[in-house]
Amino acid sequence: MGEASGSIYDSLRKKGVSRRDFMKFCSLMAATLALPVGGAAKIAEALEKAQKPTLVWLEFQDCAGNTESFLRASDPTVAQIVLDLLSVNYHETIMAPAGKQAEKSLADTVKNQKGKYLVVVEGAIPLKDGGVYCTVGGRAAIDIAREVCGNALATIAMGACAWDGGIPAAAPNPTGAVGVKDAVKGITLINLPGCPANVVNLTGTVVHYLTFGSLPLTDSMGRPLFAYGRRIHDDCERRAHYDAGRYVREWGDEGHRKGWCLYQMGCKGPETFKNCPAQRWNQGTSWPVEAGHGCIGCASPHFWDTMTPFYKRLENVPGFGVEATADKFGAGLAAATAAGLIVHRIARAAKKKSSEEEGK
Amino acid sequence: MTTERKRTYIWEFPVRLTHWVNFFVIIFLSVTGLYIGGPFIHPTSDQSFTMGWMRFIHLVAGYTLLMMVIIRVYWAFAGNKYANWRVFLPLTGRQRHDLGDATKYYLFVSKKPPYAAGHTMCAGIAYFALFLLFLFQIFSGFALFSYNSPGLVHEILGGWLTSLMNIQAIRFWHHLVMYFIWVIALVHVYLAVWLDSVEGNGLMGSIFGGYKFITGKEWE
Repeated sequence: MGEASGSIYDSLRKKGVSRRDFMKFCSLMAATLALPVGGAAKIAEALEKAQKPTLVWLEFQDCAGNTESFLRASDPTVAQIVLDLLSVNYHETIMAPAGKQAEKSLADTVKNQKGKYLVVVEGAIPLKDGGVYCTVGGRAAIDIAREVCGNALATIAMGACAWDGGIPAAAPNPTGAVGVKDAVKGITLINLPGCPANVVNLTGTVVHYLTFGSLPLTDSMGRPLFAYGRRIHDDCERRAHYDAGRYVREWGDEGHRKGWCLYQMGCKGPETFKNCPAQRWNQGTSWPVEAGHGCIGCASPHFWDTMTPFYKRLENVPGFGVEATADKFGAGLAAATAAGLIVHRIARAAKKKSSEEEGK
Repeated sequence: MTTERKRTYIWEFPVRLTHWVNFFVIIFLSVTGLYIGGPFIHPTSDQSFTMGWMRFIHLVAGYTLLMMVIIRVYWAFAGNKYANWRVFLPLTGRQRHDLGDATKYYLFVSKKPPYAAGHTMCAGIAYFALFLLFLFQIFSGFALFSYNSPGLVHEILGGWLTSLMNIQAIRFWHHLVMYFIWVIALVHVYLAVWLDSVEGNGLMGSIFGGYKFITGKEWE
């Protein structure tokens, strides 16, 4: 919650971050952003001069999971770097002020730093019934988002909910929840989907802006290519088991104990684009597939509707009960056809016999 | 029934070629596709490459099906009247009449077999449906492949579908449509064997040699 003063590097030195740790951080960022040789030096140069950007963090229909991700930096040095990169003026979960004082710091930022501050949005924005299903300080989420995001330099939609509505927007979407891209049009927006999004990708996006003065390149769904450009399946450490045909078939079976591919357990790595296998979680400790659990495709569009059931390859056939898989349905269809043809053949034989008898 | 029968060339080479290549391709695609959807072979050796080979065969067979569809579509315009695109749709009154006749015979309502030099109208419609199913399998297959291997070719052949349907829905329907193709194949073989036995015009042999023995009174 500091004032925006001095360069980022100065502020880090004051907090006791060594030059070595600073350069390690710059290298991590250069690797995350997939920059060519010399990228780390360029980032270091930029951060030595750059002022801390002011940031406000809005929470709407959310579980604070992205905040948890933001704060879950296990290595103290890196945590300092991440938090000191930004001057966070408003964040409901971690700020000291409350009530009117808190809302004042948001209003002041929007007024005094119009067009200069960054916004992180966490959570979906409900539009149904005038947006009454999510209000902060008596104002509807949609009104706050329009004002704060509309006056910002850029908006970062963090997590699945802020991207496309996520879990609040899952069928039947009772509150008419949408993501920032559908709620507030015509703003500079970058999306970091995931449930939650990885804090390294948030830092990478901010560092990219500080270094190059622009937001990173995005794909057709507004996701930065450095983080969402590669398929999990292609970078997965269990990929060799997939090609070999060695699969986990039951939780805790021999294949599971040996670290075989989780494809048959419904892993959505083959249809999900994110840098989890390279970046991992909790400062690179591990990630779901390494821990023996398939990917649930949380960075995919409307993942709660499209990527379920999480533990099966395919969705069930609708209208045939919860357990009608495509294979059961299809095999049943083929069997019913064969049975129908057999009945038809018997009817033909009976018909022939009766017409022969008539002819006698 | 008249006994005067004429040996007539009905199914030209491209029709027979696409028929038999498709026959084998559907078998290969079904077996490898079932494996890809739910692996049923369980190798334990670290030298195996089972999924790799299954996917390789599936993709080669997929490309083959695409080529067969292209050849057959071309032949629907370049081939003889039995192969022409018009035989697949009930465009004329005559065709709609034949549709009724064939349906009645199959349902035992009428006793007059649907003598046809080429396809009966029921068959024509079924093959048109099959053509649409093939198209869907090709587009959805390449849509799934486009995730694996992004590029212009796969984008044109099916990647565009991913902006209309979510990837899991594409995977689901790609799987389910295989069974619809099986249903058409089963009914196709059953009716062909039946009509061959009642009409005695060498229908079953015609898909090998191309000739049928017809009286000249058949619906064409």
